[in-house]
Amino acid sequence: MRHIISILMENEPGALSRVVGLFSQRNFNIETLNVAATEDPSLSRLTVTTVGDDRVIEQITKHLNKLIDVIKLVDLTEGNHIERELMLVKVKALGAARDEVKRTVDIFRAQIVDVTPSLYTVQITGDATKLDAFLQAMGPVGILEVARTGVSGIARGDKVLSL
Amino acid sequence: MELLSGADMIARFLQDEGVEYIYGYPGGAALHIYDALFRQDKVKHILVRHEQAATHAADGYARASGKPGVVLVTSGPGATNAVTGIATAYMDSIPMVVLCGQVMSHLIGDDAFQETDIVGVTRPIVKHSFSIRHPSEIPDVLKKAFYLAATGRPGPVVVDIPKDMTAPTERYEYIYPKKVKMRSYNPVTRGHTGQIKKAVDMMLKAKRPVFYTGGGVVLGKACEGLTDLVQRLDYPITTTLMGIGAYPQSDRQCLGWLGMHGSYESNMAMHHADLVIAIGARFDDRVTNNTSKFCPTAKIIHVDIDPSSISKTIRADVPIVGPAASVINEMISLVQGQDIANPDALAQWWQQIDGWRAERVGKLYEPSDGGVLKSQEVVEALCRVTHGEAFVTTDVGQHQMFAAQYYKFDKPNRLITSGGLGTMGFGFPAAMGIKQSYPDDHVVCVTGEGSFQMMMQELSTCKQYAIGVKIVNLNNASLGMVRQWQDLNYKSRHAHSYMESLPDFHKLIEAYGFTAITVNTLDELEPALERAFADKHELVFLDVKVDPHEHVYPMQVPLGSMRDMLLSKTERT
Repeated sequence: MRHIISILMENEPGALSRVVGLFSQRNFNIETLNVAATEDPSLSRLTVTTVGDDRVIEQITKHLNKLIDVIKLVDLTEGNHIERELMLVKVKALGAARDEVKRTVDIFRAQIVDVTPSLYTVQITGDATKLDAFLQAMGPVGILEVARTGVSGIARGDKVLSL
Repeated sequence: MELLSGADMIARFLQDEGVEYIYGYPGGAALHIYDALFRQDKVKHILVRHEQAATHAADGYARASGKPGVVLVTSGPGATNAVTGIATAYMDSIPMVVLCGQVMSHLIGDDAFQETDIVGVTRPIVKHSFSIRHPSEIPDVLKKAFYLAATGRPGPVVVDIPKDMTAPTERYEYIYPKKVKMRSYNPVTRGHTGQIKKAVDMMLKAKRPVFYTGGGVVLGKACEGLTDLVQRLDYPITTTLMGIGAYPQSDRQCLGWLGMHGSYESNMAMHHADLVIAIGARFDDRVTNNTSKFCPTAKIIHVDIDPSSISKTIRADVPIVGPAASVINEMISLVQGQDIANPDALAQWWQQIDGWRAERVGKLYEPSDGGVLKSQEVVEALCRVTHGEAFVTTDVGQHQMFAAQYYKFDKPNRLITSGGLGTMGFGFPAAMGIKQSYPDDHVVCVTGEGSFQMMMQELSTCKQYAIGVKIVNLNNASLGMVRQWQDLNYKSRHAHSYMESLPDFHKLIEAYGFTAITVNTLDELEPALERAFADKHELVFLDVKVDPHEHVYPMQVPLGSMRDMLLSKTERT
């Protein structure tokens, strides 16, 4: 099963490589990964999506917690949560397809953020399935380039991941 | 206010931290630090002949003394040579601090002379690592390094020190940090009381219980408590290779050690148990054999300081995260005054175990009977001559298993061996490190001619510092364990497991000015051992010619359960 694990860790050089290294060292999966400093510049928040059965996920969270740089983590998929990913896509937009692309962009509540005579650059946010669906819809038109951020997430309600 | 250069801060910190010995080898990037060490005399530096030996010596020192071992190497090849020793310490959770010189900060990343990203290289085999970015950080970083190495589940910590951080011209305030605060690191200090109660409840009701304890009990200094608990309950105990001596092996309740080459009765007891009480052991593959067939009728209580060790390979029914000593003490207080629920079942269980024991009496190996010596006989004689009280280090292979099987250890930290990584070349330098913390004890390295040749350059170090360890070289002119596997799995095709062109060990040892004795027969054995152990401060090398055809038994059958064992070349369970 797919899990989204959010980690609060020291914003130190080498901290990210320890997390990434752990996954390859222990034969765990990384589907997506993103990381940035938080409002407190001494802290980074890293979100990783991974796939595994309960035993594997338990091992992943235990090993992550063992890393000295890791302060706290939460498996967002254990509870209600909001999950978002941002994607930038360059698609062909020629002739009749130009309107078709525009319509699809509207349906998905995406935005066209750059235009040339032959292509549109589309920005779209949502959960991973929505982004996948958009790519599928654009497939016949011609996708030229895709840049996805990977999943970021936060728990719903009063739960807060902080120090 | 005291102003010191980075290099002097390191030397001063090591003094203030109470470090007695530092094992190392100088080189360009470490020279400022070496100069600082030269200008003081509290911390003694031991110059090894290869950086791997520095780490093993520090490791041996740490295992015997319980204090972190300290290593100092230069950048690049100095640091990479230390890698095997760091990995060895990591696998066996040994506290160690490795100070590595590094090229100057402005050169990092430029492929400078003797530059290696040692923090990157060692990342998977350290508990943590640091790079010094400003000289003023040095006292705090070193304090954290020692704290991390020694607390929680111990392990090696690497500190990477660019040369400009130790420049003699730049001076900063030095204050020895008495305390460490790390918001991201809080090792557990006690187990969950509810879980411990639940565990004790199961323990009292068990019909066929067995304690299975490991290196965590030794590292956690919980051996006395463990002995008390096990004796109160009168339950059988088996230990891992790393846990040998945590409970006296000469006691009736001790079944020896378990696993691939563990005792018949240990493996049988584990397989038939209805409750396994695991403390400070990690169910590794050399213990469990096939995990799907492991202890089919047992519930598992697992006490470990490292939560990631719990339910990693074997699902625990009652997991308890906590230090062995405090959990055991809580267990003792709960057991106190309580009777076990099934004394008859326990009596029956003991009967069954004693039956297994009796089956193997006198059948463990065939004595040489006038022929080529058996390694087992040599270890038994060694145990007699040293009254079972020596520190025994080993390298890796058949001799390691024989040493563990036939030397009887009643104290913890007396068998010092590379259990997790299985590092050939570990034993001799580790013995050097131990001898320094226990100068008045016998320290003997049981080795083989294959392993010994991996680190034999350290004879020179022993000469320089008059380190009087004993070396028992079980010389079968073969890589015995490789050969055994080739006998069993490759129709005796001995691919590169025969040692051609061995040196004349006698002459080799004498070239360093030490005493060597060659032993060919059983008659020569005990007198040679007596001679070797006559003087505690003299290095003596025994070259014992042993039977290359001998195998280590019992040996678990691959993919089988714990009870599936080969018992000799012709018998199996």
